[in-house]
Amino acid sequence: MKVKEIVEKLGLQIYAGHQGLEKEISGGYCADLLSDVMGNSKQGMVWITLQNHKNVIAVASLKDLSAVILVNGTKPHVDTAEQAQAENIPILGTSAGAFETAGKLWHLLNYI
Amino acid sequence: MELKFHIMGGDFSNAGSASSEIKRVLKQINVPSDIIKSIVVALYEAEVNIVAHAYEGDMVVDVQPDRLIAVLSDKGPGIPDIELAMQEGYSTASPKVREMGFGAGMGLPNIQKNTDILNISSTPGEGTKVSFTVFFKPKS
Repeated sequence: MKVKEIVEKLGLQIYAGHQGLEKEISGGYCADLLSDVMGNSKQGMVWITLQNHKNVIAVASLKDLSAVILVNGTKPHVDTAEQAQAENIPILGTSAGAFETAGKLWHLLNYI
Repeated sequence: MELKFHIMGGDFSNAGSASSEIKRVLKQINVPSDIIKSIVVALYEAEVNIVAHAYEGDMVVDVQPDRLIAVLSDKGPGIPDIELAMQEGYSTASPKVREMGFGAGMGLPNIQKNTDILNISSTPGEGTKVSFTVFFKPKS
């Protein structure tokens, strides 16, 4: 499944990184600790978090993640959005929480 | 090939840029992708440790035909008890740093898990030196 498909199916907002919407998704990882994501996420995953500072994009880029979903209506900082745009990493957003978002994404990736 | 980067303590907006540059170089010289993935985790954690804990530091990365050797030396508070610092979950990071999602006490364990040789030496009140080696061989 591509990033643009989960945007459509989960009704996500796109804050930055439109160029990356065609990326394939291999799974998801839900965490707000950056070292947890560094240590345990895998290439192609979508990262669900409420962290919205620039380092999120550094981690997503170093780990080759497909996209970041900010939960609870969190918006990216201006420099976060700029970096995401430069690195072609979609930053998406939802008013839903991490549990609900992860549940819906898991269902999409496993049953659709 | 030797690459050098200067890292400023507290400069979170650039944290990861040195690691990102080395990742790009390793891809160019066709280091196996699973090895690059391990190296990137170790480098990033070591880079962030300087940003989060030290005043300033240097990252020197020596890329040889069969291995990468990284040496990160900083001027900073040092680590009084390295064994304790290696324990997963132990951290001395400030509340501000923790709010950003750093300081989970996973940095040094992440470095250890992703390197073949790791050495840490430190003088409290002066600084810390973290050196590690990763071999470019397939993982068994």
